[in-house]
Amino acid sequence: MAIKFEKVTYEYPAEDNAVVAVKNVDLEIEDGSFVCICGENGSGKSTLAKLMNGLLQPTSGVVTVDGKTTATEEEEELFAIRQKVGMVFQNPDNQMIASIIEDEIAFGPENLGVPREEIGERIEYALSAVGMTEYRHNTPYKLSGGQKQRIAIAAVLAMRPEVLVLDESTAMLDPKGRAEVLKVAHELNDQGITIVLITHFMEEATQADRVVVMSEGRVVMDGTPEEIFRDRASIEKYDLELPITDAIAADLLQAGLPLEDKIYSEKTLAEAICRLK
Amino acid sequence: MNNVVFGQYYPTGSVVHRLDARIKLLAVIFYIITVFFIRDYVMYAAMFVFIIGLTLVAKIPLKVLLRTVRTIVFLVLVTSIINLFFTTGEVLWVHWKFIKIYKEGVEHAIKLALRLILLMLFPSLLTLTTTPMELTDALESLMKPLKLIKVPVHAIALIMSIALRMIPILMEETNKIMLAQKARGADFDTGGALKKAKAMVPVLVPLFVGAFRRADELALAMDARCYSSVAKRTKYKVMRLTAKDFVAGFICFAVFSLVFLNKYLWPFDQMVLALFK
Repeated sequence: MAIKFEKVTYEYPAEDNAVVAVKNVDLEIEDGSFVCICGENGSGKSTLAKLMNGLLQPTSGVVTVDGKTTATEEEEELFAIRQKVGMVFQNPDNQMIASIIEDEIAFGPENLGVPREEIGERIEYALSAVGMTEYRHNTPYKLSGGQKQRIAIAAVLAMRPEVLVLDESTAMLDPKGRAEVLKVAHELNDQGITIVLITHFMEEATQADRVVVMSEGRVVMDGTPEEIFRDRASIEKYDLELPITDAIAADLLQAGLPLEDKIYSEKTLAEAICRLK
Repeated sequence: MNNVVFGQYYPTGSVVHRLDARIKLLAVIFYIITVFFIRDYVMYAAMFVFIIGLTLVAKIPLKVLLRTVRTIVFLVLVTSIINLFFTTGEVLWVHWKFIKIYKEGVEHAIKLALRLILLMLFPSLLTLTTTPMELTDALESLMKPLKLIKVPVHAIALIMSIALRMIPILMEETNKIMLAQKARGADFDTGGALKKAKAMVPVLVPLFVGAFRRADELALAMDARCYSSVAKRTKYKVMRLTAKDFVAGFICFAVFSLVFLNKYLWPFDQMVLALFK
């Protein structure tokens, strides 16, 4: 079990009115899975992400990573957790430290005290994993949003994490950039890295193993994408938007057309509609 | 915008560019001291020849180097004129009403102008041939001894490199905010200095707010990647001195010591001048 939440509550400390962002959450994220956490703004999904690597520590309840609690003051233990659970944030410009890409990727391993020769190997591995090898000596300034976010992923990969948390990492990207990042995420998942994708785009959930929906700090839905998308009443209740293809398919099904009850891509849906008589 | 990323770096890939930044930085420091010890016009000329020679080796057009002097033309003129009129001496050259110009004043003014120009040229050659990142690394390396008296050398270097990285990003943001204000009728181009300065207030406020938000996010991203200023880090990029660095260092040392020899031991400039008499 990679990450486990047990009755976790998190309250943002504020003097007059404390905001409870996460309420009594029980959640287990299994090794090697691809989990998508969805929810509207303010649903607590980003707070949940920051609880996963000890950036935030629960007000009550326990978060464990490989059995070790994140509620520790020991820097070494925290670093061990953060090495295992890598995190990529929303704004690519606000998470880069260096002006040269290879320095940026070296930053994590340097912090971990990895020997010099091995850092070189890790940079090579990380850049090839995200398909950015030829940019090694460039500056990140001129890259597109999608490319910058791939560099941010590479920077985390160089720390050899077991889990990669993408905290709304696609939110600021154009559709092309979003597709690039998702492709890399799925490739990494195929290599055995657990992916936790936090997003408010439901279409990113279609290819996940599991979808967790959050609302007002609670986990309100949890299941495969098929199970979640079929439950249209709840989807509407939690202010989520179905991907356009699924919305069309669901409407057609409701109108009594003989479509299969599954998740369609744009192409397969078009084909299925063409086959209708 | 591109210029901002690398300061005034002028890439030609010459030997001077490839020298160790530490040698170049040390050379500049010793050079600045040396300039104040130049005794006579012959040595000023020798210094100019040395700099022009270096510029040719660095494959930098003289025009580009001279452009850097433009910024101090005003300073040179003002200080020279003040020296011209206010230096008193023994040999009076011009006496017209209340204006008295002495031979010493003229000499003073010329030497001061030459000195200021020399002080500008060599450091400019450094920034033209060295990227800010290399300079930061060089500074970190040269300041290492200060660690003994508990100066946070690494943190200082990191602050500098993050500042360098943020310059183009903040420039872009400034442009964006100014455009947004212009679109709503703000006027940045007319009026006196005071009015223009006032017009910048609504630009600076959001810029600062944004900068603090960025700083927050960056700190979080650094935490997530296990940064600690106290823990033992490794360093991926190691600077190594090679033969060419020693040769360059020796040449600079030889040229600079000529100035001191000339001033204190062996006034050969007098001999050269005597030849022309």
